[in-house]
Amino acid sequence: MLKNIPISAAIGLAFTATYFLAAIFAPVIAPYGMADIVGDVWEPSSAEHWLGTDQIGRDLLTRMIFGGQTTIFIATAATILSFVTGSVLGFLAAVLGGWIDQALSRFVDLMMAIPSLILALVILSSIEATVLTLIVLMGLLDSTRVYRLARAVAVDISVMDYVEAARLRGEKIAWIIFREILPNALSPLVAEMGLRFIFMVLFISTLSFLGIGVQPPLADWGGIVKENKEGINFGIGAALYPAIAIATLAISVNLIADWVLNRTTSLKGGRG
Amino acid sequence: MHPVVSLLIQRLALGVLLLLAASALIFGLTEVLPGDAAQAILGQSATPESLANLREEMGLNRPALTRYFEWLGGILTGDMGNALTNKLPIADQIGKRMSSTLFLAFWAALISVPLAILLGLIAVRYQNRWPDKIISGVTLASISLPEFMIAYILIFFFAVQSLSWGIWGWFGMDPVAFPSFASVSPTMTLGEKLYSITLPAAVLTLVVLAHMMRMTRAAILNVMQSAYIETAELKGLSTFSVIYKHAFPNAIAPIVTVVMINLAYLVVGVVVVEVVFAYPGMGQYLVDAVVKRDVPVVLACGVIFAAVYIILNIIADVVSILANPRLRHPK
Repeated sequence: MLKNIPISAAIGLAFTATYFLAAIFAPVIAPYGMADIVGDVWEPSSAEHWLGTDQIGRDLLTRMIFGGQTTIFIATAATILSFVTGSVLGFLAAVLGGWIDQALSRFVDLMMAIPSLILALVILSSIEATVLTLIVLMGLLDSTRVYRLARAVAVDISVMDYVEAARLRGEKIAWIIFREILPNALSPLVAEMGLRFIFMVLFISTLSFLGIGVQPPLADWGGIVKENKEGINFGIGAALYPAIAIATLAISVNLIADWVLNRTTSLKGGRG
Repeated sequence: MHPVVSLLIQRLALGVLLLLAASALIFGLTEVLPGDAAQAILGQSATPESLANLREEMGLNRPALTRYFEWLGGILTGDMGNALTNKLPIADQIGKRMSSTLFLAFWAALISVPLAILLGLIAVRYQNRWPDKIISGVTLASISLPEFMIAYILIFFFAVQSLSWGIWGWFGMDPVAFPSFASVSPTMTLGEKLYSITLPAAVLTLVVLAHMMRMTRAAILNVMQSAYIETAELKGLSTFSVIYKHAFPNAIAPIVTVVMINLAYLVVGVVVVEVVFAYPGMGQYLVDAVVKRDVPVVLACGVIFAAVYIILNIIADVVSILANPRLRHPK
């Protein structure tokens, strides 16, 4: 499977793996403690502080590593939640049809008619933003998009002969969904997963930047921009490092998603 | 009745229904979630008795459905109640801020729409050659960044670093730095206003330009690959008349849809960009209200943003019906 891997996908995989490893082993590789004040305000980069220090003298590289951990953890958890909810409901709607399908699909239409950011702002004005509520909020808001894709793919599959055969054998709904439809719907869903993950990274960064996402003392990439934004006016680029991190992560995940999509479409001639 | 007319009436009726449902969803969300206006005013330490009194006074004990219709009626007649934090009427604030936001969005749209269509055409014309690759690369990069990051990158270079660039001297100019805080007031001349919003408008342009260009490119490529384009080419028509007479009429509908979807996207982008540049518009008002948990303001702003977004999408729908020759001249 890993033979003939195109160079762009290899670069994407390498960068993505680096970011995820850095997130997992953050406490081991970070040179200082997350909240330790180890220098002056906004020191330039040096041998001790590779990226310099932040607005109250914490090591910026350490903040970036821990921030990456928070951002990647929330984005991953929300993506998983979004996929589990969205695809299970989408498959159910496709298999059951009838009023369940109608009710779910019309509700999803309504949710998608309003921008996610606006809905998130309305909800966050009433509830406390914690890591858990943010994951649930983002996961559920985004599951509407997964639902649409999963339902569209499953509708195509559920009219296949082998699904008909399984129905006639008297298999239960769960068997049809997990043993007949899921394996055949996996590749378009996996390609979509990359895009949803990037969207989650951008979404949580935006919320944190607006001050209603991850709350201090926890660091995340959007929050680091918010904390260091005043420095920009003095020509200090501390707030721009998260931009580089987010952009490289997003582009590398995109490259992988493109590769997965091309592989599956060229092998099977269309939606696998 | 002409089938297009009945189709349009159907779409518009659906649109009105969608607007109502969206307002109910937004209102309902703040209802089912814990905490209400009385709780927000009195804070966490309020006694149950004072909470109950205030709820009675504010009419929060009445059924949710009654309050929903009162609230909806208020929004439609321009009476949105008072903000919890400063007790000022919400409608006055929104009236002032709406024009600032529209001013910013208007100029961003005015620059980005023609530019996106032009770049999309260039990318198709030079498909898979270097202009296409450069355009695709730059748009991929700007899609991979959140709006506020693009904003700070522009501020870093054009509001701060640009003062030390030698390039201005070549034109015999003093170094120029664009303002990193934007605001417009009625007393300013148009030129002053435009100078003030240079950077926020540039950010919004970049954000929607990328999406719009990619979608325009895809839409035109789709049309250019049709059999009738090949026929036109084989007939020996010039490239210009192939594009003008055969490709363009069929590409209008997808392009208009792309433009409308991106103008709707602008509605969301404006929220973040206003916060970055401390621009006194609707977006900043909304985010401020969320931070202060001022639910009535959040509701009013949220429903306005949602309505603009939905209306732009309905317009896209209607235009694509009107522009479709198959629907206009049914067999």
